[in-house]
Amino acid sequence: MIGSTLNRKLLRNLREMWAQVATIALVVAAGVAAFVALQATVDSLQGSRDRYYEEFRFGDVFASLERAPDGVGGRLREISGVTAVDTRLVAPVRIPIEAATQPPIGEVVGLPAGGDAPLNRVLLLEGRMVEAGRGDEALLLEPFAERFGIAPGDTLPVIMEGTLRQVRIVGIANSPEYVYPAPPGGDAIPDEERFAALWMDRDAVAPAFRMEGAFNDVVLRLGPGASLPAVLAEVDRTLDPYGGRGAVGRDRHRSNYFLDMRFEQLSGMATSVPLVFLAVAAFLLNVVLSRIINLERGEIAAMKALGYHNREIGLYYVKFVAVVVLLGTVGGFALGGWMGQGITSTFLRFFGLPLLEYSVPASTFVPAFAVALGFGLVGALVALRRILRLSPAEAMRPETPTRYRPSFLERLGVGDLFGTSGRMILRELSRHPVRTTLSSVGVALAVGIIVMGRFSMDAMDFIIDSEFYLASREDISVSLVGPTSDRAVNEVRGIPGVRFAEGLRVTSVRMTSDHRSRDVPLYGYPDENRLRILLDGEGRRVPMPTGGVVLTRTLAEMLGVEAGDTVRVRLREGRADERPLLVTGTVTQAFGLQGHMRLEDLNRLLGEDPAVNQLRLAVERGAYPEVERRLSDMPRVLEVTRKEQAVARMRALSGDTQRVLVLVLSLFGAVIAVGVVYNNARVALSVRARDLGSLRVLGFTRREVSTILVGEQMIQVLVALPFGLWIGRILAGLLAGTIDQEEYRFPLLISTETYAFAVSVVLAAALVSAFLVRRRLDRLDLIGVLKTRE
Amino acid sequence: MTENAEGTQQGNGEGTGNGDRLPPAVLEARNVTRTYRMGEVDVHALRGVDFSLHQGEFLVLVGASGSGKSTLMNILGGLDRPTSGSVLFQGQDLARAADRELTEFRRRHVGFVFQFYNLMPSLTARENVALVTEIARDPLSPAEALEMVGLGHRLDHFPSQLSGGEQQRVAVARAIAKRPEILLCDEPTGALDYRSGVVVLEVIERVNEELGTTTAVITHNAPIAEMADRVVILHDGGVEEERRNAQRARASDIRW
Ligand SMILES: Nc1ncnc2c1ncn2[C@@H]1O[C@H](COP(=O)(O)OP(=O)(O)OP(=O)(O)O)[C@@H](O)[C@H]1O
Ligand SMILES: [Mg+2]
Repeated sequence: MIGSTLNRKLLRNLREMWAQVATIALVVAAGVAAFVALQATVDSLQGSRDRYYEEFRFGDVFASLERAPDGVGGRLREISGVTAVDTRLVAPVRIPIEAATQPPIGEVVGLPAGGDAPLNRVLLLEGRMVEAGRGDEALLLEPFAERFGIAPGDTLPVIMEGTLRQVRIVGIANSPEYVYPAPPGGDAIPDEERFAALWMDRDAVAPAFRMEGAFNDVVLRLGPGASLPAVLAEVDRTLDPYGGRGAVGRDRHRSNYFLDMRFEQLSGMATSVPLVFLAVAAFLLNVVLSRIINLERGEIAAMKALGYHNREIGLYYVKFVAVVVLLGTVGGFALGGWMGQGITSTFLRFFGLPLLEYSVPASTFVPAFAVALGFGLVGALVALRRILRLSPAEAMRPETPTRYRPSFLERLGVGDLFGTSGRMILRELSRHPVRTTLSSVGVALAVGIIVMGRFSMDAMDFIIDSEFYLASREDISVSLVGPTSDRAVNEVRGIPGVRFAEGLRVTSVRMTSDHRSRDVPLYGYPDENRLRILLDGEGRRVPMPTGGVVLTRTLAEMLGVEAGDTVRVRLREGRADERPLLVTGTVTQAFGLQGHMRLEDLNRLLGEDPAVNQLRLAVERGAYPEVERRLSDMPRVLEVTRKEQAVARMRALSGDTQRVLVLVLSLFGAVIAVGVVYNNARVALSVRARDLGSLRVLGFTRREVSTILVGEQMIQVLVALPFGLWIGRILAGLLAGTIDQEEYRFPLLISTETYAFAVSVVLAAALVSAFLVRRRLDRLDLIGVLKTRE
Repeated sequence: MTENAEGTQQGNGEGTGNGDRLPPAVLEARNVTRTYRMGEVDVHALRGVDFSLHQGEFLVLVGASGSGKSTLMNILGGLDRPTSGSVLFQGQDLARAADRELTEFRRRHVGFVFQFYNLMPSLTARENVALVTEIARDPLSPAEALEMVGLGHRLDHFPSQLSGGEQQRVAVARAIAKRPEILLCDEPTGALDYRSGVVVLEVIERVNEELGTTTAVITHNAPIAEMADRVVILHDGGVEEERRNAQRARASDIRW
């Protein structure tokens, strides 16, 4: 039975080297786990979303308008490509509940009598549907209900068109259009505390909004092969006479938009991060295996001497690598599957997606295994080939005696600083420049990966800092129901506790240049604006242009325009004609698709009298509640936001996912550091056991001997640290590149804390591995070591 | 010593050989040289050696350290190739054989015993022998081979659980288990004390006598040469002298 003894040898060697095998397999496992977990998460999230959208018939096109008679719906149905239309009532309301710090705003969505909506259907989680003809019953959006502990049977105060009504909640529900519960308009940050949807009997509530026999919102579904732009244009044309505000596809639907943004971010990471992981794991596998094989040079030579063919010896190592990689891949798969489930359910909760559809894509096993095996084999077989090329007589001798010589540092006289042990360390390191370099690269990658992981926190800090503190210096911002005379500014200035106030005009426009166009908000700033200012990427204030608009760089790139060009602007509120607008400059910003101009210019563009629709207030510390109360009482105030709450909200949104990312990447970095340092030290210990044993026999203490071995590793680690920080910067850039969103640009800023964190994690991992090897060194059998050859 | 001197010695050797009806040569080295290049200097380990190993004989190779003994034996055993010259085995020139053929040669025909045993530490005595019997044509069983070297009771011990002498006996068992035509031993007693050395030599002697294996042993212990049919003395990369023993001493009678 040829090979059975070799197989036994293989198993025994694997078992004997279990700690090394484990550390290598762990590195592979980490790479595979990252790959599998993220793939599984993306797959599962998309699967859940798609199923949800499909089963609950989420629309493909959405439009809102002033008011159109129901008959217009028939014309929409006739548009080619449209398979279903729901003309419905969606109306803004306020929900003045005591528990909320600010009165939340809501949306009433009309349901057909006694039934469910045909599109954007309702997922009833609790309670029952609304009874036909009951104008006082409603289903409430689940996140809001959850936040305020509202259950079926409770009543909720709702202000409809200025009239307060008590509405009885009969059910808790969700729907594909509110996966991300974002209030309409404005810089919509999803917020379950400040936004609620209420599904009510349409016919029963229509009179309250003067919408009998009319609709003000449309949802359409398209058949396969329908042209979205054509449908959008046709819908716009149909609805324009009725105050249409522009139809949008799913990509601009406010809930789906956020979902898409997050998904894109995630799938960018799902490909880039695991690739980096796998590449690093493969690299380490390569380095470590080649060292291990060099260590077995004597055994390989003996096998050759006994008459084993190269092919047979090669096969032995192929099996060796395959076992290690298989262990790693299986472990990584299990780990990744488990992590993926955790990540998926975190994300599902985060996204408010109800249907959990989790599966680990089995198709990822083969590529993950193949990549790891491929790299492992390259490392192992290259090293093996070097040995097999030698004649057995040659291979049986210890490795070619490299000539020791004073190292570069020693020639500088540095060696004397370290004494004899220092000199031994320096010589050993400079004697194997390639190995030393590769090890350091491994450690540097570990540092880099951790930097990459934590960098997203820095980016978030920076964004929050620049967007919420540098660029916006107000304490409270107020959305008005619609354009309002700028006398409103003076009115709020009069509220006690308000130190300063200014008004802004934000309007949604479609900007076009050639055939490219985008729907973007256009900001109008008052002259001498103090609270909301425009900053460039370096935090410098950008002056407001006169007679033109400043575009964010991303927007300018998308439209393909530069300073001096003209874009066409189609206004979304009011009339629908297009006007030219001069681009006077561009500015780099984290949130990337906006235009900025003078308020006066914007009003002129809109052809309106001086008007504002947002107010920014600087408020005395203790005066918040009173100011907020006064503001809420003002009739044209739609929404009042404290900046700190917006910031907290923003942090909470990104916090969980970031913590997971930082944790996973730090663990991976630590695993790599352990993989490199532990294996290096183990191999060094085997190769040099005799030298070290001799030193002990000569009277060196344990501590002194281990200083030499551990010192060698630590110097490689220390050398690697600065490179690691540099690599971290590159990886962070890569990551930022993959999640570069249309409206969300990650600045490449890395904090000292991040660098310090990465360095500490890697140093700790290296110290632990060095310590483990040191314990082995302490148990070194002096006699045994000296008895054996070399 | 000069090459002339070697030449004459060689001639003498063959002369005596002819007279005593030497059996046919199994391995024949002709004008073999081996040069190691060490940076700018060339080390001439063998400077044109003519040498043959005859069917069934017990040959001992002696010579000062660095005289080229191991180099020669490695070349004879197909572990290395000469820089020039030829090595004939059954009409095949090993000096020009491909790697595969050399491996095949070692696999089929040669057993090695090295000074430092070269056992696989992760395999038991029996398994170390099995490593060879698995790839041989008509091998002894590992147990038989170990029985022959007197280790029938230590089959399942790992090398680390055996003394140096015992490990060397396992190495001998491993070398003979495939019933090789040629057994090559490079200082088989070099790492052993006298008593274990003798045991190992006894085993080699038995193999030579009972299985008729052509045997060559390198040694630094002059008394061991007494065991040989023929003694070849190397000096500075050449054969300095060759003599035949009228009487072979028994391993058990040797002292050093
Ligand atoms: N791989 C090698 N590279 C360079 N020189 C070598 C190599 N192998 C042997 N030599 C040199 O060749 C010469 C012969 O070496 P060899 O090992 O054959 O000697 P030896 O007779 O077996 O000595 P010893 O009794 O000490 O084992 C020596 O000078 C040795 O230094
Ligand atoms: Mg030798």
